[in-house]
Amino acid sequence: MLDTTEYDEDLIMFRDTIRRMVEKDVAPIAAKIDQEDDMPHSLVPIFGDLGLIQIMVPEEYGGPGGTLTMACIAKEEVSRASFAVSHLVGATSIAMALPLTHYGTDAQRQKYLPEIAEGRTLTCIGLTEPQTGSDVSGIKTTAKRDGDDYVINGQKVFITKADQAKYILLFARTSEGKGHDGISSFIVPMDSPGVKIGGSPKKMGLRGIKNCDLFFENVRVPAENLVGEEGQGFKNAMGVLNLNRPTVGAASVGIAQGALDAAMAYAKEREQFGQPIGNFQLVQAMLADMAIQIEAARALLYKVAAFIDRDPTHPQVPMYSSMIKTFASDMAMKVTTDAVQVFGGAGYLQDHPVERYMRDAKVCQIYEGTNQIQRLIIARAMLKG
Amino acid sequence: MKVLVPVKRVIDYNVKAKVKSDGSGVDLANVKMSMNPFDEIAVEEAIRLKEAGKAEEVVAVSIGVKQAQETLRTALAMGADRAILVVAADDVHTDIEPLAVAKILKAIVDEEQPKLVIAGKQAIDNDMNATGQMLAALLGWGQATFASELDIDGDAATVTREVDGGLQTIKVGLPAIVTADLRLNEPRYASLPNIMKAKKKPLDEKTAADYGVDVAPRLEVVKTAEPPVRSAGIKVESVDELVSKLKEKGVV
Repeated sequence: MLDTTEYDEDLIMFRDTIRRMVEKDVAPIAAKIDQEDDMPHSLVPIFGDLGLIQIMVPEEYGGPGGTLTMACIAKEEVSRASFAVSHLVGATSIAMALPLTHYGTDAQRQKYLPEIAEGRTLTCIGLTEPQTGSDVSGIKTTAKRDGDDYVINGQKVFITKADQAKYILLFARTSEGKGHDGISSFIVPMDSPGVKIGGSPKKMGLRGIKNCDLFFENVRVPAENLVGEEGQGFKNAMGVLNLNRPTVGAASVGIAQGALDAAMAYAKEREQFGQPIGNFQLVQAMLADMAIQIEAARALLYKVAAFIDRDPTHPQVPMYSSMIKTFASDMAMKVTTDAVQVFGGAGYLQDHPVERYMRDAKVCQIYEGTNQIQRLIIARAMLKG
Repeated sequence: MKVLVPVKRVIDYNVKAKVKSDGSGVDLANVKMSMNPFDEIAVEEAIRLKEAGKAEEVVAVSIGVKQAQETLRTALAMGADRAILVVAADDVHTDIEPLAVAKILKAIVDEEQPKLVIAGKQAIDNDMNATGQMLAALLGWGQATFASELDIDGDAATVTREVDGGLQTIKVGLPAIVTADLRLNEPRYASLPNIMKAKKKPLDEKTAADYGVDVAPRLEVVKTAEPPVRSAGIKVESVDELVSKLKEKGVV
């Protein structure tokens, strides 16, 4: 494959290191994680020691000070074997490292980032509610000021890795503002009295990562846990998600590459009519199309990542961030579907990894903002000029 | 105590080696290269000695083409303190023979005065298994090869060696050369923060001429050949047939 990132020596070493780790520690258990819908906790210290969980924590707080490009390299490499495990890469980015770096107070950064920098703490982000998906303004969870505290009541759903998280960045209404106004974000320790973790639904893919229901009943947090200004929660959340969304594109590229790797191996090995199916032109065309699409997505991915690393406040960040997320996840859906096709009947069995890649690819079109919402963001940014 | 670790840039162990059409060697053009796996074990052991407070400084050395500095950066990212690159060839296909490497290493040892040299037992490209031993001879130091366990206590090293059919434990006075076998340890991954730090660590660049060593080859490669392709097996219909076939072959 092309080295699209104009990789420097450090990035190559970083990628090679992750590739080796994945080969040894992730690939052998990827299928089991999916089948048992359970990811071993022993992966946390491995990813933490490599600096991957805390990748975005700045150096001044003891973190690796990684870039979005690095996060994307890591996510791509891990997703190539296991999409579920790739969620350990940057597992504290959107709930801690990015919001505190961009919107937090010095005191908050001092308090939380050194702990996060150790690479042993997982966090989660609580936006989605039963009535709130693409329409974040529908948030019904409330945070009412009471003396020096806020008291939080409400319910969240689909909260990724809530079962393993020590902290949640929770979004709640602090006032009855119109639309997005009046939403604020809080750091809530998951062991706070009144926080209850509910069940986690069985999913089509992304198995091994739990997406939990969460209940908040009179959960009290000190006012100092408010991240950013009151009422600015939605705006800040979008700012942070824009900076991280390309990593969904990176995971998509990794999933697609993993599926192509498997399809290539199968095409060389599987024989029909006395010869490997890779000799047949219709199979060759599928393999070529898969590779073309992956390379195109990867090229855009690292172009966008480099752009955001250079100027994270550029007004076109949201547009390009949405572009790569949409393009790469649509690509992954198509490529993984074709990979199953190359395998034929065998691809429909769980004996081979391609059906898992196909199930995993689907959620990349849905989560971190559906591809429909992304297209609206892109078109509106274009029309606004 | 200072520990010196020689590392070699070799064809990556995952790459399927292809012989050049003229049979002069393995084609290395545009092939992924990495640190010799046994050297990686040596680097790991040296870093562990440092972490255990038994060594103060770990110096990595590589002798070869300029690109070997990538190999040294890996050693630095793993935890070595500084590195010395000795450029002794321009062409990636030029292999510096063990004696020349040992002579250059001797010159570096004279300069750096380490109390311990930990080297990989052999490089996976040519499988010479000679550099460590030659260096010990040139220096007049003790040597403990094929180490699967290393313990430093004061002025001596206790080394468990993997020998045919078992283990041998020896004690060798320092300074000494230890060569690392596969089971000595499991090398760590270079973490992202350490990769970032590695580029700030010193990497000195020298040439073979700086040490007055003639690196001209003394050996001539006559032929390089791919391993023979395994011929297809046959299927037998019954256990009886299997047994008779095995008898025919004289296996049972």
